[in-house]
Amino acid sequence: MELTVETLNNWMELFAQKVSANKSYLSELDTPIGDGDHGNNMARGMVAVTEALQTKHPTELTASLKLIAMSLISKVGGAAGPLYGTAFLEMAKTSQQTTDLVELLQAAVLGIKKRGGAKLGDKTLVDVWEVVVTKFPELTSQQIEQAVLATKDLEAKKGRASYLGERSIGHLDPGAVSSGYLFEALLEAEGRL
Amino acid sequence: MKKIINEPSQVVSEMVAGLVLAYPEYLEQLPETTAVIRHDKASMQGQVGLVSGGGSGHEPAHAGFVGPGMLSAAVCGQVFTSPTPDQIYEAIKASDTGHGVFLIIKNYSGDVMNFEMAKDLAELDGIDVRFVIVDDDIAVENSLYTQGRRGVAGTVLMHKLLGAAAAKGASLTELEQLAQAILPKLKTIGVALSAATVPEVGKPGFVLAEDEIEYGVGIHSEPGYRREKLRPAKELVAEMLGKLDEALVLTPTKKYALLINGMGATPLMEQYIVSHDAFLWLKEKQITPVFCKVGNYMTSLEMAGISLTLLELDDAKWLDYLNYPVATIAW
Repeated sequence: MELTVETLNNWMELFAQKVSANKSYLSELDTPIGDGDHGNNMARGMVAVTEALQTKHPTELTASLKLIAMSLISKVGGAAGPLYGTAFLEMAKTSQQTTDLVELLQAAVLGIKKRGGAKLGDKTLVDVWEVVVTKFPELTSQQIEQAVLATKDLEAKKGRASYLGERSIGHLDPGAVSSGYLFEALLEAEGRL
Repeated sequence: MKKIINEPSQVVSEMVAGLVLAYPEYLEQLPETTAVIRHDKASMQGQVGLVSGGGSGHEPAHAGFVGPGMLSAAVCGQVFTSPTPDQIYEAIKASDTGHGVFLIIKNYSGDVMNFEMAKDLAELDGIDVRFVIVDDDIAVENSLYTQGRRGVAGTVLMHKLLGAAAAKGASLTELEQLAQAILPKLKTIGVALSAATVPEVGKPGFVLAEDEIEYGVGIHSEPGYRREKLRPAKELVAEMLGKLDEALVLTPTKKYALLINGMGATPLMEQYIVSHDAFLWLKEKQITPVFCKVGNYMTSLEMAGISLTLLELDDAKWLDYLNYPVATIAW
């Protein structure tokens, strides 16, 4: 399955819409276990991504991915900025060798894990990314939802929620939820939903 | 939400602009960033640059501590959100006089990741960058299994000691060694009576009942470790100093510095009452702090609360560093 510039542009547009529509919800999820700004941070980043893609019009995959990465890194801040930014930066690097979506996403997962030091089960966005990537190319919406929901019962080991220890159990991880939107948007962009 | 602001999304840029307009003799804004640097850049020659920063909302930290004898530059992130690597990178470049740059980072995952990315960028330019991750907050107990302890008000003392050492010509390696020696001797704990409201979020980070307090709350309104009914100041102080005693093992023959820090909405009157109780409690242990600061140093917007920091002065030089003259807005 190949990632084209057109699919990527659609993907980002759909993701930006989801983040914008769910901005308050994402921040609310972040309130009991973090500091309540995940929605605002991601929305600020995706506005920057959309603007950058529209004004600079990259026509080539590597350039597009790099532009997305830099927009996220320079606008989101917090932990989400470097994590999402690193994911797209790793995809940009890998896209010089291959345009295969699964290989790109695998590189992204490795990058996220290296940047944040989190592993599967730490109640972070890795819990969605890692699971989802192994399900490709048959990934379904239900599988994404399941991966997101599974973070609810975990105890956080990384990120601000980790300071709460057991008290983090029972809350969805906001980064996992926004990652869920990202993959939902990808399925839609590919015309599979 | 009731705040004296214009646009919630513009609070940081307007704050930084206001800061440099008010204090041009101390600060300059780095173009296209929300980072500030010492106005007297020429006198930084020959010194290792010292850069810190973090989310905004902790004023006067960190920009208030930029100046001769303390930080070279500070990067102001969005409210309670780490600054981005491109901004930190600009601050590093502007602070380097050829002797390298030392970063003081609070132990929050976002801060650590963004500063590390900035370090990578600066190293591509051939700038030697080292760092310390301050983790003075003892509220988190099972730190082995989590992110580790948070960096809170004690960070300001780290700024002061390293700033004095850098001003006296310490090398990057010497600063690194000093920072590592300070870390285990620097401990903080706080209590909160109410949470802060991030302007873009519009409501408080948590809600406490009228008569409730929370121990160990973080500087971004992250919940702490225990909630209970409000008690008299001296009982709060006894719990906090008791915890600090467990962490540092207070000893009459040793010297200590004490920082009493208001979180933003705690009047100085209450801070001085806490100061009174703290000195009395320490006296029982036959300890009189040889250095003390009381005031708002690391705030959390309008959070009501207070933190106590103790630094065991392991080396006689550390007291000299604390007393070394600085010219900053807020020290």
